[in-house]
Amino acid sequence: MQVSRPIRNILLIELFVPILLLTLGIYHGLMQVIYRSGVIQRTSVAGLDYYQGLTLHGVINAIVLTTFFAVAFGHATMIFYTKREPNKTATLVSMLLMVIGTGLAAAAILAGKASVLYTFYPPLKAHPAFYIGTAMLIVGSWVPYFDWIRMYLSWKREHPQESTPVAVIGTLVNFTIWFVCTLAVAYEVLVMLVPWSLGWTQEINIMLARTLFWFFGHALVYFWLLPSYIMFYTILPKLAGGKLYSGNAGRIAFFIFLILSIPIGVHHQFGDPSIGRGVKLTQSILTFGVAIPSFITAFTIAASLEYAARKRGATGLWSWIWKLPFFRKDVFLFGYLINGLILFIFGGLTGLVNASYSLNNVVHNTSFIPGHFHLTVGGPVFLAILGMSIYMLSQLTGRRIYAPVLNTIVPYLWTVGVLIFSAGLMYGGLIGEPRRTNMGLTYLNPSSEQFNPYWVVSSMLGLAGGGIMFTAGLLYFISFFGTCFRKRSAAPEIDLPVSETLHEERRVPLLDSFKPWLAIMGLIIFLTYAPAISDAINNTNRKAPPYKPTDPVPVVRK
Amino acid sequence: MLDKFERNVIITALTVSALFIFSIFYALGARRQDVSECLPYNKTYETARVEQIDAKTYQIYYVARMWNFEPAISYIPVGSEVDLFVTSLDVVHGFNVFDKNVNLMAVPGGVAKTTVTFTEPGVYKIVCHEFCGTGHQNMEAEIIVNYPRK
Repeated sequence: MQVSRPIRNILLIELFVPILLLTLGIYHGLMQVIYRSGVIQRTSVAGLDYYQGLTLHGVINAIVLTTFFAVAFGHATMIFYTKREPNKTATLVSMLLMVIGTGLAAAAILAGKASVLYTFYPPLKAHPAFYIGTAMLIVGSWVPYFDWIRMYLSWKREHPQESTPVAVIGTLVNFTIWFVCTLAVAYEVLVMLVPWSLGWTQEINIMLARTLFWFFGHALVYFWLLPSYIMFYTILPKLAGGKLYSGNAGRIAFFIFLILSIPIGVHHQFGDPSIGRGVKLTQSILTFGVAIPSFITAFTIAASLEYAARKRGATGLWSWIWKLPFFRKDVFLFGYLINGLILFIFGGLTGLVNASYSLNNVVHNTSFIPGHFHLTVGGPVFLAILGMSIYMLSQLTGRRIYAPVLNTIVPYLWTVGVLIFSAGLMYGGLIGEPRRTNMGLTYLNPSSEQFNPYWVVSSMLGLAGGGIMFTAGLLYFISFFGTCFRKRSAAPEIDLPVSETLHEERRVPLLDSFKPWLAIMGLIIFLTYAPAISDAINNTNRKAPPYKPTDPVPVVRK
Repeated sequence: MLDKFERNVIITALTVSALFIFSIFYALGARRQDVSECLPYNKTYETARVEQIDAKTYQIYYVARMWNFEPAISYIPVGSEVDLFVTSLDVVHGFNVFDKNVNLMAVPGGVAKTTVTFTEPGVYKIVCHEFCGTGHQNMEAEIIVNYPRK
């Protein structure tokens, strides 16, 4: 369908800005594996410090890219399925807030004043522009949510007897999770960190800040993931040449995510003091609950793909897999999505390891953790973002994709790279390799007393995989930026592939209403987080002043 | 609403999850694997020291700072049961003991505690695994269990 010109341009900016920044994010991804494996034994290269680059890598790849994309893709699905356009002013304001916020945060990081990594754990202090910029990015992403609720309600009034499309439910569920979880981090940033970093307040409660951060931090990963899930349910079966096995399974999955995405954040804090074991165990168990929708999705999507392959004439228990449209330029998006799904098998299972209460002691904060999340956020999330970004770029500009062969092989190459990379990191993690550490200076520097020969093989695997991932990223940039420079050959439009459901499905009122699910969500969050926050406040008896990452003496202001 | 296959898959997923959760409780009960204990904080945790309770029971109070742990080296006899208490006086640090599945966070204003038994002699390295500033990669400590004999 046609989209008005202002909305189209805003969407294009929201797709282009993060991919442009991603060049920097991926550059430092490569640099990190080089530093970590001890090939470079320095604190900085080309003016970019290791930890400064690590902050850039995390903020750009995991916060900026994902948030911009979720907003742009959310607009696309809402426009396409409700046949309504968002409010132009609101969309513009949202885009400007996000772009200016990103600019502020990027300037603070590039100036070397915010090397605090993307989790910005206090008492390490960043420049206030970093906190304010991040807050603006988040607030900017809230704006379209309220606009979409309006579009949904207006669609609903016109179609009272119709089931809401799965993509619309998915988008609204995702942004509801996002809005609720970011309230906690907005409190952390705006009420605690900004005045503290400006010197208006002296000291803050660090455990409270960490607990509020992880209230947001784990729901964040579902905010990354749900756009990919929307694509798996509504787009992938169509691309494979089949139908969606069950639309209601998708609705159930999304509503389970709605109620369970937030009340599990303490599973990032099993090693933390001040929070009781009961709270930790409860949230560990709830994390297994949030694995259920992924099991459901794995089945539904595999069944949809098998149906598609059999329609293409496949037989046999397993051999149907080879009938799927791999390596096909015309359905390149299939390659991006299927590779993401393959990576997510390993990503999901290693996630269960991390969530397993005492088993977490083996892997917490070792390189096992980045090994795991490069199989999730660097797997289905990242590949779906890349694939859909270039797909939407091509449609919204009316330009054909440049170097379509490169674009088609990117996801396969990336998958090979990330599998080797993550295998190396996870192996290293199991033998104690720490994450977030410039190991080239000490642990992998043979002339250092701290040299640890056990970590040579694992970090070299990381280097090999990282090199392949970087190559895949380069090929993607050639294709993406090449497309921007082509001549227009078609009218701009948004046209998403739509998967029909295999069976005729009646409308189930419970699966077409947000109210009961929102009530359960609120209740579970209250029951799990009230004790966590009260523990963090009551068991922490000393507050902390701000520290610069370069200086063991606190920042004192007269 | 759901067909036979879908129902089966949901039942399987629930069963597998129940098995995982049972394993957590098994590790917790029968194998005594637990996470950091929740203790109220007080000033005494800010003094780094090793205390011997009896022949085979020790307590080590670790204090993390940018960028070292105190005590940097502690000597423990083989077979000792050791309570580890960890806190930080400045920023957040990590605390990971090789081969012992000890994994704690050193957070200012809080104290993390766990108990570990050293049955094998050796040098157990402790690494800081949370980014704590530009000297993070230098931050190490050791627990020396009967080696060299002291």
